[in-house]
Amino acid sequence: MHPKRKQRLSLILFMVVGVSIAVGLLMYSLSQNINLFYTPTQIADGEVPIGQTIRAGGLVVAGSVEREEHGLGVTFKVTDGFAEVPIYFDGILPDLFREGQGIVALVRMNEAGLLVASEVLAKHDEVYMPPEVQDALDQAHSRGKEALYEARY
Amino acid sequence: MWQWITRLYHQLGSPKWFMQLTDKWLPWLIAVTALGGLYGLVNGLLFAPVDYQQGNSYRIIYIHVPAALVAQSAFVMMAIAGAVYLVWRIKMAAWVAKAIAPIGASFCLIALFTGAIWGKPTWGTYWIWDARLTSMLLLLFLYFGVMALQKAIESEEMSYRAAAILSLVGVVNIPIIKYSVNWWNTLHQPATLKLTEKPTMHIDMLIPLLVMIATTYVLLAILVILRTRNEILWHERKSKWLKQRLES
Repeated sequence: MHPKRKQRLSLILFMVVGVSIAVGLLMYSLSQNINLFYTPTQIADGEVPIGQTIRAGGLVVAGSVEREEHGLGVTFKVTDGFAEVPIYFDGILPDLFREGQGIVALVRMNEAGLLVASEVLAKHDEVYMPPEVQDALDQAHSRGKEALYEARY
Repeated sequence: MWQWITRLYHQLGSPKWFMQLTDKWLPWLIAVTALGGLYGLVNGLLFAPVDYQQGNSYRIIYIHVPAALVAQSAFVMMAIAGAVYLVWRIKMAAWVAKAIAPIGASFCLIALFTGAIWGKPTWGTYWIWDARLTSMLLLLFLYFGVMALQKAIESEEMSYRAAAILSLVGVVNIPIIKYSVNWWNTLHQPATLKLTEKPTMHIDMLIPLLVMIATTYVLLAILVILRTRNEILWHERKSKWLKQRLES
């Protein structure tokens, strides 16, 4: 290769690597701010300041959803597998909200330590399948692994 | 094989050869896009089974995912063409980079727009400033920046160089988009199609999606070729071979 071209090529590679390192360090130092939500573990550990609006995310704990008798008020717990925190929400929940579903809520912690949500968003996962397959999976779940295999294929 | 690739590369670097080769390629590419698009859209939008959770609204995936993938790949292509121009000063590379920019920006806009439409019924919001959505928006603005540099500088050579440098800087954003859903908590779900694992999607839904992705890549090739041919026609308008070609 012509020495001048070689020099230009190494200059370009140097630039791309340099920018990558700079951006990488920036991302690393800002990672807490880039995360969209706090996990239940972080909230349970007291990382969340009282009175400040944050986003909290996790899976809705099965059997934890309690609706008020009047109005739209609902209390549920979210978990990340390690800690559980209760969230209160007074409003319309998204269609995909149900037990076991991932959600992200805009919450504020009040003095009593309860998280009060002003917005609840459903987090969708990367699994796509027809409803019959889901039904078959649910049935198979109770019948055991063998049936699960048949239902899927 | 390697010799064939290098020969093709050198031929595509010559405007005259580029016109002759793409004359032959274009009808085939257009036929493939028409067939693939017809198969993928009809199967994806009509015959693929509904999703157990989202019902029919998931079908936007057949537009959204191909557009998002192609928008990112087009940026990488543009950066590579820019690097080739910076090192070897091949004019064709600069013209290809110039041809790609608005096409990539369009695909990026399609991906953002279809994502917003899908987000409202699924998540409950059109837009959220999570890492995936924000980095994708940044990609759109990088495209706009490259396009602006290509147009704004009087000297053509300087404008190509400036645009190439911005696209090489901007290419750092591509792995950030790709891994944003793994590195940080986001509302956007992780990838369904993975290189190393089985896709988490039913086979009847998966096949039309793969067809649509392949078709959209061919569509990108067609659009880039057509725009590059326009650049050639303009820049070589005084050359003898082009006059002969147009007369025959």
